[in-house]
Amino acid sequence: MRPRCVITGIGAVSAAGIGIEQTWDSLCSGRSGIAPISAFDATTSPHPFGGEAKKEDQLVSARDYVPKHYRKATKVMARDTELAVVAASLAAADAGLVTREAGEDAALTYPSSRVGCHIGAGFIAAETEELTSALVTAKDDKGDFSLEKWGEVGIGNLQPLWLLKYLPNMLACHVTIIHGCEGPSNTITCSEASGLLSLGESVRIIERGDATACFSGGIENKTNPMGVTRMGMLGRFAELDGGIDEPWRHVRPYDDSVCGGVPGEGGGIVVLEEKSAAEARGARVYAEVAGIGSAQSQPGALGICHEVSTCGGPGGDADEGLADAIEAALRDAKIGPDDIDAIVPAAMCVSTLDRAELGGLERVFGARLPEIPLVTLTPFVGQLFSGAGAFAMAVGAKAVSEQQLPARLHGGWPEARAGAGASESVDAELMNVLVCTGSLSGQAAAVVLRRAD
Amino acid sequence: MVITGAGWVTPLGDDLDAVWERMLRGESAIRPVEHFDARTFATNFASQVSGFELAKFLGPRAERHECGSFATRFALAAAIRAWESAGFGPAMIEPGAPRKSDAFDPKRFGVYLGSGEGRVDFENFVRSNYQGWDDETRRIDFRRWMPAAARNLIPARELEQEPAMCIAHVSAELGCRGPVSNCMTACAASTQAVGEAFELIRRGDADVMLAGGAHSMIHPLGMTGFIRLTAMSKRNDDPATACRPFDATRDGFVMGEGAGMVILESLEHAQKRGANIIAEVAGFGSSADAYRITDIHPEGAGAAAAMRRALEQAGIDPSSKDASGRPAVHWINAHGTGTKENDKTETAGVKRVFGELAPKVPFSSVKSMLGHLIQAAGAVELITCLQAIKTGIIPPTANLNNPDPDCDLDHVPGTPRDCTGVGGVDVCLSNSFGFGGQNNTICVRRFAG
Repeated sequence: MRPRCVITGIGAVSAAGIGIEQTWDSLCSGRSGIAPISAFDATTSPHPFGGEAKKEDQLVSARDYVPKHYRKATKVMARDTELAVVAASLAAADAGLVTREAGEDAALTYPSSRVGCHIGAGFIAAETEELTSALVTAKDDKGDFSLEKWGEVGIGNLQPLWLLKYLPNMLACHVTIIHGCEGPSNTITCSEASGLLSLGESVRIIERGDATACFSGGIENKTNPMGVTRMGMLGRFAELDGGIDEPWRHVRPYDDSVCGGVPGEGGGIVVLEEKSAAEARGARVYAEVAGIGSAQSQPGALGICHEVSTCGGPGGDADEGLADAIEAALRDAKIGPDDIDAIVPAAMCVSTLDRAELGGLERVFGARLPEIPLVTLTPFVGQLFSGAGAFAMAVGAKAVSEQQLPARLHGGWPEARAGAGASESVDAELMNVLVCTGSLSGQAAAVVLRRAD
Repeated sequence: MVITGAGWVTPLGDDLDAVWERMLRGESAIRPVEHFDARTFATNFASQVSGFELAKFLGPRAERHECGSFATRFALAAAIRAWESAGFGPAMIEPGAPRKSDAFDPKRFGVYLGSGEGRVDFENFVRSNYQGWDDETRRIDFRRWMPAAARNLIPARELEQEPAMCIAHVSAELGCRGPVSNCMTACAASTQAVGEAFELIRRGDADVMLAGGAHSMIHPLGMTGFIRLTAMSKRNDDPATACRPFDATRDGFVMGEGAGMVILESLEHAQKRGANIIAEVAGFGSSADAYRITDIHPEGAGAAAAMRRALEQAGIDPSSKDASGRPAVHWINAHGTGTKENDKTETAGVKRVFGELAPKVPFSSVKSMLGHLIQAAGAVELITCLQAIKTGIIPPTANLNNPDPDCDLDHVPGTPRDCTGVGGVDVCLSNSFGFGGQNNTICVRRFAG
């Protein structure tokens, strides 16, 4: 029998809170973190709200979480990397895992070579102001940008390590350095699916014996000017008036009355461990990862470029892709659709994507779908992109361990076929929880989380 | 697990054997940048794919991908060549028809790529930033920037920069519906993609996987980033010999672009359909340096760990010799970028693994001719290993005239090594190490049946 994998620590970072306890409290009390974006002046944007990861009303900073000797390195971290560093530290602490973070002489829980790191990431946008302050030093006589001048003088005005801030593998890179993870490490970049694909990879690596524990998850920041603009023009965010109160009321999963969500930042990183090793050290277990699956959907007959230019992303048969991923995860967990007690879906709040998601869930769960509680997180935290699946997984694991479903926020009326209307937090018997998502580019991934035995 | 198909798009061409011939002759495609005006850049040359037309590979179906980035189009070309060579069907089919093959179940056909992001829409991006800049405060005024960016940027171009769009196009073209992933571990990405694809099949999650990578960073911001890191060669007066792995005069890597794709299958699946087996994937090793963001571990510890794990999985003892009296590994395709640090630490890593036998293991770098294809490098170089196994010849390290005392192994300088007289090339290691410390090694072996 292949080794089993369990989640023993959770680092969740989002507008719902820093750390899984604060997050869980917000989710159960129905407290949304969506507010006017504070990282930059977004008041002239049609998307002025977002879900930012804050601590005492200030954007959370990696400086407060890294060992003292590593503080200088936070200067070359993009926001995405900072959030990953925070989430990984929280996950290690929550798991009671002693890593190199505790100092070179610390008694490590596992040898460094036995710890892997798989953190999904997005396309990190260069900080607009940092880059532009160099770009404007490359003007020609007419005041226009000149490549010739850029080569001569402009490039020299960027900080030397500029590129290193924006490579997507820098999330994992900094986490591996801080925690001394010398085992396999990867950076999966499949947008919303990244976190679950990363968890799947950690599972395979532990199963095959290449690591005993892994940091696993995904993080992204979209509450930045380029992220808001890019995903806004692709139809992912609702156009909202900056003067409205309770913006979460306009983030409505499976409800055509508002199309689009709001940008968010954050995600989740968990500590995944080989079950017998976790038991041997007496670790608390949130949930077992019982099954993993992924699949790719296909565009429609007119081809992918047609869909990209008209729908803002490959649409096609995303419902079938999602169903394939879920069925693969159920097979892997050796259970059937009737064994699933709750679902944490993507709930992106974009009509076409939500419809595809419900279509995919219906393919698997049929008429039972409206009876299965859906845990919808976007009204709390916004759209986390590469952090979304990982955040959903973190919440799913906590729900399994608490045997409780968080509250559900909804400012309207979701489609009847989705069990997604507003509700309070309730106790629930949760043996198997499905976490699943499609993505911007047609990848779908699913994970089955099981109650620890 | 076996490889049954391969295809590439490289600066030296796109035909498997023709590119190989050029490599054996030590040819280079490195010359001044043609994609944009880089004349004043500290490094103004690169290893470029020129005259590329996707229609040559896909016929009228190329139109379905005309929105794709350079990397995406390279990936499609390499993937369709891999598809054809695996015997899955012809490249040219009806433009509107879904691509299918009787050779496999599409839901058991997965894809794992290490493809890079698309290129920034530089002109519109810079225009937005200029319009949002306030010269007096020397800051961006986001109240101006937000509407400017919304006006200037083009949605489809923005989407195509997303790092998973390459895999979306490739999957759409080949009809892959199985397990999927795209990774970005910089220069290590496509080796890692092939390795993890191999593991997915081994776990039973798929029968067939397309694996590889594609990338192009030969654009103003890509070149800018590496110039600022002082990682690229500045030999503007002599681009053709600028990439000098293991040479005392080396001064950095040379930026390249392209794509490499292979078809991996379980042996059972390949044999059942009577596939032509090119080689066996015998082992995969992956590690992280966990050292520093800017530096490689000085003793090549992470590199050594990846190589050791790949050899262990392949059941090869690095200190052993084979029946021909040669070390059991016949060729190490070096990561060999031509930077001071990489070549020195990689050499140290090889010594750690092979001990006394290290000087006897041929260890050369084809980047001396191809340049560094960044995320595509690993897959393209894995295919050079397949060519070495097929022909029994080890490609040289070009431009290696003044050996660095710290790089004192058998780097096959200048001329290829013909091993056909001593039993050919049976076992190769292919190394790829990423900026940020992710290390990957694949071991491929002649398929013995």
